[in-house]
Amino acid sequence: MIVADKKPIEEIIQQVEAYRNVLILGCNECVTVCEAGGKKEVGILASALRMYFINNGKDMRIDEITLERQCDHEYLEEIRDRIDKYDAVISLACGVGVQFMAEKYLSKPIYPGVNTCFLGVTDKRGLWTERCQACGQCILANTAGICPISRCAKRILNGPCGGSSKGKCEINKDLDCAWQLIVDRLKALGRMDDYEKLFSIKDWSTDRAGGPRKVVREDVQI
Amino acid sequence: MRLSYPSSIKIIRVPCTGKVDILHILRAFEKGADGVYAVGCMEGDCHFNSGNFRARKRMEQARKLLNTVGVGGERVQMFNLSSADGPRFAEYAREMDQRIRDLGPSPIKMAMKKAA
Ligand code: SF4
Ligand code: SF4
Repeated sequence: MIVADKKPIEEIIQQVEAYRNVLILGCNECVTVCEAGGKKEVGILASALRMYFINNGKDMRIDEITLERQCDHEYLEEIRDRIDKYDAVISLACGVGVQFMAEKYLSKPIYPGVNTCFLGVTDKRGLWTERCQACGQCILANTAGICPISRCAKRILNGPCGGSSKGKCEINKDLDCAWQLIVDRLKALGRMDDYEKLFSIKDWSTDRAGGPRKVVREDVQI
Repeated sequence: MRLSYPSSIKIIRVPCTGKVDILHILRAFEKGADGVYAVGCMEGDCHFNSGNFRARKRMEQARKLLNTVGVGGERVQMFNLSSADGPRFAEYAREMDQRIRDLGPSPIKMAMKKAA
């Protein structure tokens, strides 16, 4: 999923204090799972902002809506009949949702309510860690299912750098060396032969190096 | 035990303090409460193992948030006692009542009165 983290309330207050009618718009997908922008977080932020503004003598109306997703037209369309009631929207979706909102409602100020962080997993409740950088050419088949692009600080292929020590990465002793993990798992799979196969230079044009990307699938277009 | 405790306190019963959510606490303040406290079982004695620890964390979150919005986090408190300890229940109620009296009414309540 896309992992996001809450923005400090102070930052959000600063962005919206000039308005009178604000909508807080949550998203039911990734940001709900990582507890940053779902219905509950919308409720908490709305309550906090209402209290802040009433406490500061400001008449501010703050409404709460949580959509199924903010990255699909059909769900964003659900608020078209109501959007004009608001001076501004705080979207608690990831950066994708915030931007899609901004594209769709051209003259409505949209503010991000979360910091979008990475593609990752819920390691345990309250701990999310990165697993993929969407490089566009997945090599997991050859790295025992462990991604050196997202999990190695240097994104290197063909084994660890000289900084790998006791299974940890040289940039941080609490961080597992991705290549140690790969080797450990290759051993567990009895596939250490794979480790001897050299990766040729990776085609980074499908990563961000090639500029903004798109996926075109004519077979599913209508 | 016919113990008395301050009449200012409204009791909301929950099956376990683990049921108490930060939203419940915030909504209470939005509706004009001057303070909110949760009384859970002794730590380590939760029937559901971690309910009272969860409650403590949520009270802590609420505290921080109320500080940020200028309501005052000290209006929120978690207490732990044994369910057989009535005198302590009354003691905590008096303690909280006194604390809130010292702090005065919630600024939210005052602002809502002024706005009305
Ligand atoms: S190799 Fe690329 S696509 Fe595959 S997990 Fe790593 S970053 Fe993601
Ligand atoms: S120690 Fe491992 S994870 Fe860290 S940079 Fe080197 S190879 Fe990558």
